[in-house]
Amino acid sequence: MTYSALLTIILTPLVLLGLATVLTWVERRLLGLWQDRYGPNRVGPGGMFQAVADGTKILFKQDWIPPFADRGVFVLAPAIGMMTVLLSFAVIPLPMHAGIASDMNVGLLFILGMMGLGVYAVVLAGWSSNSKFALLGGMRAAAQMISYEVFMGLSLMGVVMMAGSFSLQDIVAAQAGLWFIIPQCLGFGVFMLAGIAETHRLPFDLPEGENELGAGFHTEYSGMKFGMFFIAEYAGIILVSSLVTTLYLGGWRGPLLPPAVWFLLKTGGMVAFFILLRASLPRPRYDQLMALGWKVLLPLSLLNVMATGTILMLRASL
Amino acid sequence: MHALALLAASVTIIGAIMVITRKVAVHAVLYLVVTLLALAALLVMLGASFAAMLEIIIYAGAIMVLFVFVIMMLNLGQSDSAREKEWLRPRAWLGPGILAAIVCAELLYCISPFSGSLPTIPPITAHDVGLSLFGRYVLMVELVSFLLLSGLISAFHIGRNWMEDR
Repeated sequence: MTYSALLTIILTPLVLLGLATVLTWVERRLLGLWQDRYGPNRVGPGGMFQAVADGTKILFKQDWIPPFADRGVFVLAPAIGMMTVLLSFAVIPLPMHAGIASDMNVGLLFILGMMGLGVYAVVLAGWSSNSKFALLGGMRAAAQMISYEVFMGLSLMGVVMMAGSFSLQDIVAAQAGLWFIIPQCLGFGVFMLAGIAETHRLPFDLPEGENELGAGFHTEYSGMKFGMFFIAEYAGIILVSSLVTTLYLGGWRGPLLPPAVWFLLKTGGMVAFFILLRASLPRPRYDQLMALGWKVLLPLSLLNVMATGTILMLRASL
Repeated sequence: MHALALLAASVTIIGAIMVITRKVAVHAVLYLVVTLLALAALLVMLGASFAAMLEIIIYAGAIMVLFVFVIMMLNLGQSDSAREKEWLRPRAWLGPGILAAIVCAELLYCISPFSGSLPTIPPITAHDVGLSLFGRYVLMVELVSFLLLSGLISAFHIGRNWMEDR
């Protein structure tokens, strides 16, 4: 193990936590811009230190565990959420080979596995809180995230078939000529929708659904434990955005500008798109969400796999 | 490498024992998840990283979540924990304990030429798994798919809303 690798391992979570914190301010400013209002603009230049102020405030809040909660699981749940998201970043290929394990031969499956484990954070938070709103939120989250994981995995198979590898490094290398968003546009659409549902962001934030469930699965959480769910959600947005960049937008590849700039530009653009979705779309009903998943996205992703396979076979036989 | 494998193996065994002895169902499921993750770590060390990832995605990530989902639906409470406690009395351990001891002794006898280091096996890739699934084991795959299909049909049959049809 070299020093540079150790440095990357230490720096990655720190940088990500910082980025996720700043993202809370960026999101509120962008929401303000798109909804024709100001957003937070008082603390520091342009309100930049709002995230710091919020963080400080949340650290000094009383950290209360309700007496009716299952103590151990209640404390464990936010940690699981944070850990699975941070671990997923290990296999994202960064420019100049700065990633930690980006050449792992089952990298994409590793990310899918971590996303699968991430469901526990929400479900266990809902169960251990021992209250009705939290339980309902947790049950919604379990059904929603398990279903959308299926389509997410299937929509990625097209990319895997075209690159011939599960390694994210190889997938980026296979996009030297053409970004996968063009041949895999169907898979890209399904993956985007599944990504929003996996990070339970608006418009698919039914596990939280504040107008019907209080705050959903984290109703009973306060102080920094709530903060951890919050930051993990933003880190999840960065994760899905960098995944879309890696899988469909050619990763760090691009003309003229250095690779690092391209990676940041693409990922930042995807994050902004996530926020734009939140600013512009209403939340569907829960049964509409599930019907969309099983009746539309599942057939579409199966069709994508079938078409990709057929074209690849035909091309190989010619 | 050897020490790591032993560590993962002992986590697996301790986790499995905790699964049996927990009184709250969700705690048992959580220990089962830990057991499965340790098992996946063992698989990675043996070179079967593809199988390890499938273990994490399917068993730890999907099936166990469904277990938690069902437990949440059933809304188990204090009385269920008490009943579970009733079942875990020492006398109930006797029969299964003897049977498990026999199997354990047999297993230890079979692997007694236990060498100091793990054998180096070439890593098994997704390509190899796919070839063996659709080549050598194609009959098994078809049979399992029949089983899954019948499960799907019966679930659909049970879940159908009969009142609406009339």
